[in-house]
Amino acid sequence: MFRATLKSLMARKLRLLLSGLSVVLGVMFVSGSFVLTDTLDRSFDSLFSSVYTGVDAQVTTKPKVQGGDGDPESSAAALPASVLETVRGVDGVRAVVGDVVGPARAIGKNGKVLTTSGAPRLGDAWAEDLSGQRVLREGRAPEGDREVVLGGFLAKSGGFAVGDEVAVLTAAPKQTYEVVGVFGYQGGRDSLGGEMSISFSPATAHRVLLGGPDTYTSVTVQAADGVPQDVVRDRVAAAIGADYQVKTGTELAKAQTDSIGEGLKFFNYILLGFAGIALFVGAFIIFNTFSIIVAQRTKELALMRAMGASRRQMMVSVVLEALVIGVVASVVGLGAGVGVGALLARLFATFGGGSLQLASIGLPAAAVVSSFAVGILVTMAASVFPAVRASRIAPVAAMREAATPDRPLTKPTVAGAALSATGGTLLGIGLANGVLWMVFSGILVAFLGVALLTPLISKPVVAVIGGLLSWSTPGTLGRRNSARNPRRTAITAAALMVGIALITGVSIVLTSATASITKVADSQISADLIISGEEGATFEPAVLDRVRSTPGVESAFGFYSDYAAVDGDRMHLQAVTDFPAMQRLFGLRATAGSFADVTGRTVAMAEETAKAKNLGVGSTVTVQLAKGEQQTYSVAVIYAKNGVMDGVQLSAAAAADFSSAELTDAFAKVAAGTPVADVQHRVEPLFADNPEVSVQDRSAFVRQQAAQLDTVLLMVQILLALAILIAVLGVVNTLALSVVERTRELGMLRAIGMRRAQVMRMIIVESVVISVFGALLGLLVGSGLGVATVRALRDQGITELGFPWARMGTYLAVAAVIGVVAAILPAIRAARLNVLNAISYE
Amino acid sequence: MTVTVGTSTSTAARAVGVTKVYGSGEAAVTALDGVSVDIERGRFTAIMGPSGSGKSTLMHCLAGLDDVDSGEVFVGDARVTGLRDKGLTDLRRTKVGFVFQQFNLLPTLTAEENILLPLAIGGRKVDRAWFDTVVDTVGLRDRLGHRPTQLSGGQQQRVACARALVGRPDVVFADEPTGNLDSRSGAEVLGFLQRSAQEFGQTVVMVTHDANAASYADRVVFLADGRIVRELVEPTAEAVLDTMKHLDGGVA
Repeated sequence: MFRATLKSLMARKLRLLLSGLSVVLGVMFVSGSFVLTDTLDRSFDSLFSSVYTGVDAQVTTKPKVQGGDGDPESSAAALPASVLETVRGVDGVRAVVGDVVGPARAIGKNGKVLTTSGAPRLGDAWAEDLSGQRVLREGRAPEGDREVVLGGFLAKSGGFAVGDEVAVLTAAPKQTYEVVGVFGYQGGRDSLGGEMSISFSPATAHRVLLGGPDTYTSVTVQAADGVPQDVVRDRVAAAIGADYQVKTGTELAKAQTDSIGEGLKFFNYILLGFAGIALFVGAFIIFNTFSIIVAQRTKELALMRAMGASRRQMMVSVVLEALVIGVVASVVGLGAGVGVGALLARLFATFGGGSLQLASIGLPAAAVVSSFAVGILVTMAASVFPAVRASRIAPVAAMREAATPDRPLTKPTVAGAALSATGGTLLGIGLANGVLWMVFSGILVAFLGVALLTPLISKPVVAVIGGLLSWSTPGTLGRRNSARNPRRTAITAAALMVGIALITGVSIVLTSATASITKVADSQISADLIISGEEGATFEPAVLDRVRSTPGVESAFGFYSDYAAVDGDRMHLQAVTDFPAMQRLFGLRATAGSFADVTGRTVAMAEETAKAKNLGVGSTVTVQLAKGEQQTYSVAVIYAKNGVMDGVQLSAAAAADFSSAELTDAFAKVAAGTPVADVQHRVEPLFADNPEVSVQDRSAFVRQQAAQLDTVLLMVQILLALAILIAVLGVVNTLALSVVERTRELGMLRAIGMRRAQVMRMIIVESVVISVFGALLGLLVGSGLGVATVRALRDQGITELGFPWARMGTYLAVAAVIGVVAAILPAIRAARLNVLNAISYE
Repeated sequence: MTVTVGTSTSTAARAVGVTKVYGSGEAAVTALDGVSVDIERGRFTAIMGPSGSGKSTLMHCLAGLDDVDSGEVFVGDARVTGLRDKGLTDLRRTKVGFVFQQFNLLPTLTAEENILLPLAIGGRKVDRAWFDTVVDTVGLRDRLGHRPTQLSGGQQQRVACARALVGRPDVVFADEPTGNLDSRSGAEVLGFLQRSAQEFGQTVVMVTHDANAASYADRVVFLADGRIVRELVEPTAEAVLDTMKHLDGGVA
């Protein structure tokens, strides 16, 4: 039996290739994402262990606000010099260095701030380097307050050489320095992990990075020979008391690696999610292929039954064929995945992480196990139904004319309706309660349900779509062919539906989000100019005063932002310079108390927040800011939250204890009758020193927000393109199998005078009808998904429902093009058939 | 030696010294060995012979479905030999019609649509009067709206005959048209082919191995081993059977 199966497989190489390819692509995605994240994980691992080479322990202040996962340097307060001295005296400490590190951003020669792709941009003091990693490549160490040494990566990206001038943004206002040297790291590396670093002389570093002498960001400790890291850690901790925390170099490296690892894990989940979608679509293709094969082999299978093969053997033969395809496809997919993973890792290292040193490409066990499990399971699961059908073929069918009667659609329709309803319910409950697995399984089940319903829908819909295409005889024939086997057409179209539905759903959610942002901006923000920085850029409070006194500005306010613990709960809050102005410019409505009363130790609080904490005007809350002691505040005003303001706001005085004493956002209203553009031109020069801060009018602000969503959409489209590609393979496969099945018919058509071009047109119409049908289904189901999600996200601020009509139209047009492309090979094959052979084809 | 038969001045199709060899080297089989034959216009010609005699190959070559290794084939006054795909397609559109053993109707089309399919494909206008005549002759008037699956084998073959006739081709080629039919349905189809020659002057060429079927023809051409060996005019079934027995007995 096994040999018979193998032979039948080999006899259908093309079929094997096409159906196997869909699994290969899915498995490739699975193993590729594992290989990618594994490689990056190990690369970062080695990066951080080299960063912390020579660091046995590090002392920092304990963060006042716990629970944040941001980088420790930004939230921790500085250490006094006395700590340095105490640590120096601890037994077993060989060397101690006080670190002075802070954000420092160089401005490139084009006047724009140089950016990395996520790696930090840091300044530090040029001092003894305990790790021994740093190498001064050219020039000399910086001296005085006008000289810097640049890291190799920064020097290369910015095109700086020794002797050049470089403008740098730090905690101090923009200042220009002379580049006196360039440094790199052991092994000829320009940076450790794509970071941009600037080294100042120690005194300058204290001044521009920490705001004054005698404080340090952290204290790095090197232990004497033979003293283990944890011993030194414990001794230092005992010596300096509970206000500080001490970690070993190993712990620090691990913490950093873990935090990157979390990010990578999330990334991995996303990739695996898309791989799952691809495999889900692949399962449709496999299912369809096996169904068609079983139908075409009815006579052969019946003959085997007639010769004494048991039902079990029939089933096994089909499942066995699936197993072989699954194994082969998994092996190929795994191999291809390693290649793709390596390629992506290289791309990431080149474009994403600056000069991240890639670890060697490995093959993690997870990749192997999941590739085989997923590839084989999906293939076998998809073959079960066709296998059962094969086992039910009566031996007498061998004698009959190979007719495939239309089986009634009652069963699939009932099952489809039930599954759709179940999926919809799961989705609804999941969305309402924010349960992610319910949302996903709901979507999957709903897809299966709709797929089962498609044969029923296909008849009328295909007739309509086909009607548009059948102006010629080949067109009519193509349309009728696509209506010929509703199940086959339906499953092929359903595979395409999945990808298009997901893209449409995401697109609707993002369009709705954009519409909501626009609505909020138009109806709630009455500010004409919005001043905000990208990537956490901030600006001096004094600039806001100059904005306010600019001619044409009627009023302006700004706020500081930071994380704080309010009654022990970590939350993001703001310190606002002018509450009445905020109330006016943001259209806030006080439900109790007055915004004018927020001063000193009082707060403004959104109604929902107050309700959750069971507070009213006059109630007190404790607030722990990044610096200083925990304080008690009373609630001065409670307001109805809107799209721009929510949570808790403090008066500007509190900003002194924020981690940064600079404003993050400001808003200005232009006096009536003054053109906004004129005022914008007058305000912009105030930020000339700070290229990362932009002054935008309302529409530009909305456009910028929407542009971020467009990037998300683009990513989703790229990732889902794989699912669509697999669906296209499905269309090719179905058409190819249909061409084989209809060989004699094609021969007859050619014999009675059909031209090759007409044969091709006939196949293309059939293909386009299937694809457009799939796209229509996808648009419909996707709209349902999108609308449900938008409704569920109403509380998250997506209040508007927007349909991306143009984009949806594009998807439909793309589907039609896909139809044409998918038809090319089968059509050529059909057109090239030898008429005589085709007519006598059995 | 080549036997050339048929000298009528009006020929609908013509083979001149046609040779056809399948395979090469040791495995080469000569299917047609210098065959020359004229198919007379307006008559019903049957090609007979034992299996492997080359009768189907001769028909395929005459109809332009297969190419020849040497010699020439003409349909009407058109030279078929040497035509490329486009020319052959045009030939099939205008000059020849086919009836196959397996009926070969499109299951997605009704009987009427199947009959009119060659005209639709060729973009030709339907001669309604002629269509009605053909349909009434094959007796399918009340079956025109049916799909092939709703028709009996005999009815399907009559649809196929009507399809071959509706374009008024120079020649209708029928390849074992009764091979898949019971004797009564077969008789109906044969009678129809006979009438189309007699009443409409339609040239019909039929390949068959059934002596009874051949007796419906005006003329029977016998093939053996790739050569034309005999010819009967206005044959009876007995005469055909007799000739066949003679052929099976072996021709030197």
